[in-house]
Amino acid sequence: MQYTLLVNETAADFARRSSAEAPAYWGAYMAYNAALAAAGVFVGGAGLQPPASGTTVRLRGGARQVHDGPFADTKEQLGGYYIIEVPNLDAALEWAAKCPAAPTGSVEVRPHVPMPG
Amino acid sequence: MQASTVAERAARESYGRLVALLAAKSGDLAESQDALGEAFVAALETWPRDGVPSNPDAWLFAAARRALIDRYRHLAVRDAAVPELQWLDALHAVDPSDPMPFPDERLKLLFACAHPALVREARAPLMLQTVLGLSAERIAGAFLLSPKTLGQRLWRAKQKIRDARIPFEIPEVTQLQERTADVLEAIYAAYGTGWDDVAGADTGTRGLTEEALWLARVLVQLLPAEPEARGLLALMLYCESRSAARRGLMGEYIPLSEQDPSRWQRELIVEAEATLNAAAACRQFGPYQIEAAIQSAHAQRALNGRMDWAAVTQLYAGLVHLTGSLGAAVAHAAALAESQGAAAGLAALNTLPASGTEDYQPSWALRAHLLRRLGDRKGATEAAIRAAGLTEDAAVRTWLLRQNELPDSE
Repeated sequence: MQYTLLVNETAADFARRSSAEAPAYWGAYMAYNAALAAAGVFVGGAGLQPPASGTTVRLRGGARQVHDGPFADTKEQLGGYYIIEVPNLDAALEWAAKCPAAPTGSVEVRPHVPMPG
Repeated sequence: MQASTVAERAARESYGRLVALLAAKSGDLAESQDALGEAFVAALETWPRDGVPSNPDAWLFAAARRALIDRYRHLAVRDAAVPELQWLDALHAVDPSDPMPFPDERLKLLFACAHPALVREARAPLMLQTVLGLSAERIAGAFLLSPKTLGQRLWRAKQKIRDARIPFEIPEVTQLQERTADVLEAIYAAYGTGWDDVAGADTGTRGLTEEALWLARVLVQLLPAEPEARGLLALMLYCESRSAARRGLMGEYIPLSEQDPSRWQRELIVEAEATLNAAAACRQFGPYQIEAAIQSAHAQRALNGRMDWAAVTQLYAGLVHLTGSLGAAVAHAAALAESQGAAAGLAALNTLPASGTEDYQPSWALRAHLLRRLGDRKGATEAAIRAAGLTEDAAVRTWLLRQNELPDSE
């Protein structure tokens, strides 16, 4: 069963990426990635540039509406995601709790729609 | 025995075991319950004609399994997106002719229904529906919800269990205590809902206390090494022993301190004491055992007419320490007033944050009681009015107002 872990980070988390704490920030994710890989549950994922780099597109009445920034302005923003393959929700929650963003931000666990076939 | 009686008995006694077994394999509670429903209908049609099978459980399970497989075949034809269903093979492995073919999977079912990934309000109703087979209408009445609202809540919870694949498993040791606490909380919520409903004693919801006791007994049987399960069972047995004594002949409210101990049910108290002793033997205290111990102290009054308020005060202090709950803090102040005087109780009450006590009926009721004892009639009256305004129970409202010589008619 595949789940996506949506890693939501606070503004402070995003700021850590390019501060004096950057080595600790990236080191934590390197270790987390390595643990996922070693357990054989890692399917895919990516870290995302901060929300300010985002662009939102809508098509309304055939016209393209493009605006700067993420869809919603909230306290936490999507900072990255992982796709993991585990037997059930409890196993997915175990991994979510180990994500470096969990203590300050949040990690939403979403089951994938089963693939046809 | 009548076939219909046998089927009903099987429904009552085996429902949870059969649902648990089907759902543990399929992960789909809604489908499992529907399939079992079909099996019960089939049983009521064929048993009166062909006789009751030697192992009704096995018969019902086999019929439900067939129904479930049919349903999935149907879905598979209609919707090519249905994934491979290997678990159907697992169901074939059960031999219905075996007199004891089933492992008891109810505990796994309880843990799935009390999973923290489900919305809290859905957990207790879900357990009652899936483990005891209570109808949604019945549960809706007990939780003061419309059947539609409850139906949607249950439906969403079952969808989530299926789609997010909430496991039907006993959690690992690291999670077990926390999850067990969730299961206990849901059972206690079911009991409290039935207990609070004494006001509407004519409705069927009073019976919810019995169902909660039944669930707790199942849990004690399934988790014999968990002292808090025994603590909860003991706590509910003590409360149940007093159910007849908490209302007068005219339905009027009688506070615990004024109840006639001869109206308490002695055999339930005896069972509660034995259950609490068994829990204490595990030497691992928890909030339910402490609450049960407090109720045990109250029950002593039936034996020697005395209350050990110093011990109760200490127990409540322990409960406050463990849970930090407002209810425990107010009860601690009340016990302190009995063991060290009204002024000490009021002082303790005054240390509680106003943000929590402002809308909390028991804190105003206690304040009224203590101020009256301290001779502050004006303050007592004001507090009693606040308490009466916050209570949902008409009998309690009447009692509060009468205590303070206020007009109690609407």
